[in-house]
Amino acid sequence: MQNTVTENHTGKKNRIGAELLNVKDISLSFGGVKALNNISFNVKKGEIRAIIGPNGAGKSSMLNVINGFYQPQIGVINFKGKEYKPMLPHLAANNGIARTFQNIALFKGMSTLDNIMTGRMLKMKSNWMQQALYIGAAKREELIHREAVEHIIDFLEIQAIRKTPVGRLPYGLQKRVELARALAMEPELLLLDEPMAGMNMEEKEDMSRFIIDVNEYFGTTITLIEHDMRVVMDLSDRIVV
Amino acid sequence: MNINLDTFPKLLLDNASKFKHHPAMREKYLGIWQSWTWGEVCLEVKDYSAGLIELGAKKGEKIAIIGDNCPRLYWSIISAQVIGLVPVPVYSDAIAEEMLFILENADITIAVAQDQEQVDKLLLIKDRLPKLHTIIYDDPRGLRDYNFTYLHGYEDIIKTGAKCNLSNPELFEDNINATISTDPSIILYTSGTPGKPKCVVLSHDNILITARNTVELEGLNEKDEILAYLPMAWVGDHIFSFGQSYVAGFCVSCPESSDTVLNDLWELGPTYYFAPPRVFENLLTTVMIRMEDASKIKQRMFHYFMAHAKRVGVDILDKKPVALIDRLKYGLGELLIYGPLKNALGLARVRLGYTAGEAIGPEIFEFYRSLGINLKQLYGMTEASVFVAIQPDGQIKADTVGIPAPDVEIKIADNGEILFKGPGSFIEYYKNPKATIETKTAEGWVHTGDAGFFDDDGHIKIIDRAKDVGKLTDGSMFAPKYIENKLKFFPNIKEVVCFGNGRDYCAAFINIDLEAVGSWAERNGVAYASYQELSSLPVIYDIIKGHIEQVNQSLANEERVAGSQIKRFLLLHKILDADDGELTRTSKVRRKFVDEKYKIFIDALYSDAVETSIETEITFEDGRKGMMQATVAIADVESFPAIIKSQAAE
Repeated sequence: MQNTVTENHTGKKNRIGAELLNVKDISLSFGGVKALNNISFNVKKGEIRAIIGPNGAGKSSMLNVINGFYQPQIGVINFKGKEYKPMLPHLAANNGIARTFQNIALFKGMSTLDNIMTGRMLKMKSNWMQQALYIGAAKREELIHREAVEHIIDFLEIQAIRKTPVGRLPYGLQKRVELARALAMEPELLLLDEPMAGMNMEEKEDMSRFIIDVNEYFGTTITLIEHDMRVVMDLSDRIVV
Repeated sequence: MNINLDTFPKLLLDNASKFKHHPAMREKYLGIWQSWTWGEVCLEVKDYSAGLIELGAKKGEKIAIIGDNCPRLYWSIISAQVIGLVPVPVYSDAIAEEMLFILENADITIAVAQDQEQVDKLLLIKDRLPKLHTIIYDDPRGLRDYNFTYLHGYEDIIKTGAKCNLSNPELFEDNINATISTDPSIILYTSGTPGKPKCVVLSHDNILITARNTVELEGLNEKDEILAYLPMAWVGDHIFSFGQSYVAGFCVSCPESSDTVLNDLWELGPTYYFAPPRVFENLLTTVMIRMEDASKIKQRMFHYFMAHAKRVGVDILDKKPVALIDRLKYGLGELLIYGPLKNALGLARVRLGYTAGEAIGPEIFEFYRSLGINLKQLYGMTEASVFVAIQPDGQIKADTVGIPAPDVEIKIADNGEILFKGPGSFIEYYKNPKATIETKTAEGWVHTGDAGFFDDDGHIKIIDRAKDVGKLTDGSMFAPKYIENKLKFFPNIKEVVCFGNGRDYCAAFINIDLEAVGSWAERNGVAYASYQELSSLPVIYDIIKGHIEQVNQSLANEERVAGSQIKRFLLLHKILDADDGELTRTSKVRRKFVDEKYKIFIDALYSDAVETSIETEITFEDGRKGMMQATVAIADVESFPAIIKSQAAE
């Protein structure tokens, strides 16, 4: 992946703040294969940043590096003013980076509601004994988290599938549930890996609207990978090629 | 009931004291049902109506209500009525252009939009609506960047209204006392099958007296529950979820979203329920399909008890004498089958169910009635504030729509058209005096456009749209839809087009139902490669012939239509399709078009030919066109001598 940055002026500069994420000189190789070669870019608070490129360019690898799933051989990630070299998955999650996957990674046998609740896991403080018996702190927490989840369900308009096992849902809805789960973490930076792959036009429009809404309503910074250039141009504030 | 309660705002005030702590509305929010009591609704409306005045709303102005059923939109209707505005609910799925027509035609000055989607549509057409000066939105999501001075949030209006009420505490009651029962209370748009919709102006008296009459007739009270899930712009919803609720004081619940209706229905268990026949049909199909997957023992229990219900269930519901042993068995069935089934459908507590809009299959109708659900048909229209005729309890016949509703008079014109006169008769079509005079006579009789007659028990039987009714050459009546409906109740038949006007006898085109006939073919080892081939098989012709003979037999029992038994028919080689212009987008047959396109077929039906060929143009889903060549067989059907009533009685 090479490095060019284009600007897309959508006229909402007022909400875009200081730098949130800065990746500097990242290089990642698997054996002899160089996936990422000296990549640098930054993401500002409150913006929607798109990463585009041909297949195999290393876009997904880049996201994997940001949330610590891959550890690059060279390079530094600066998130919220702190340097990580490299980033690690649990640090990413704890510090407010959430993501969705190119291939859906939900618990197919669990309901939509339960899947989204798993997104709240990191925010639960009660111990397993309390949780198993549903007493004390666990009960209070459950109520708070359930409310937060219900807000997300309302936000993404998935009330009708609240209790439906995810495996029975059509693809477009599964993608939306995945977004819901990522949102349940109340992330500061949301990484979306091809959120609209395999969707029809209508589903794409819906998803685009939700992504913009998430950005506006929660002020979440979003970095997304997408192939559909129309979607990219409409959605994003800046683009990395 | 107090005679001075002659407008809805007055009823609201009365309900707020009578049922202060009784729930008036519910809506599910964040997965939990939220309720508002009549007292709370009254306070909300007080502030809202004052807020509307602050926005510059003046008596007599029209206010559009755009969105799905939700409490705030219902409160917009009543708040508008408090200050003398006329609410105009608009179908929420209308595209911007359709909306433009209605908003322009109705001189809308204020529009209440549910969410960003509706606001966007309004902004798109705002330039072309010079009179529209204010847009109010309910859900603020996505609207943060909309900096228009004429755009106001619901909550802001409540706030300004509350301030206004503080400084002028008499305002609300003064406004309510100034409402007049003969003033327009609502403007509703009829779907308008041909051409542009017409807008029907209804007064407080129209809606209120009709609602009061029917509430008394059916014994509805404040303990009833209803789910408001049909479009607010439809007159039925306005009567059931607004008019009757204000009169009887019962609680109206709004679904969480349009996709959750079935689940919400199940959770609420309404006691009063309306659904068009299609909904009941779909529910029944779902039940039957799910029963196929049930275990053998469950299936046998289901069929055993359903057979029993079919035998005695309707009589028990109608309080007719039934043997004790049958009653006991029915009780057991209720415990094991009927009860759980009704519960699963969300109909466990239904005391009163209505269906209307089109004919319902007698078997579907009786299925629900045999389960103990008091489902009744009614006949109504926007111009009548719904109720023209209702089936009275205990005298339900599947093929009639009952007797005239309270205070409604009905007469049949010489050409067979039904005319009515009653408390619900509309004031006028807005800004369309020509149409008003055409529809409503000087003496107040309203033309329904439907043809029908009274049967021997005084029940009204609807036959067809009056303009489609014709005559055979021997002068007997020909009502195509009446015959077609009878045929379409067979699952194997998807669509029927009957011919006969000005002909010697009646003949029909039939489309078989690929799913039903296909699955029959599969089970019976009949091979076929396409719809065309399946339609041409002699065995299929025999099945359909059997169906038509059954219908002919039933037609023979009815004096008026005995002459229109089908003598010849053919199975079309392709499904009639909206893409080819043969159907409307709402799947109604475009008779004129079909007449012209298939002229060769029709000529063959009225000759001695045993088969006929045609080449037709077909349109593929992607818009490409192709030609299709087909040879279709024509079959003769047996008809039966008409049974004259006097002979039958012997």
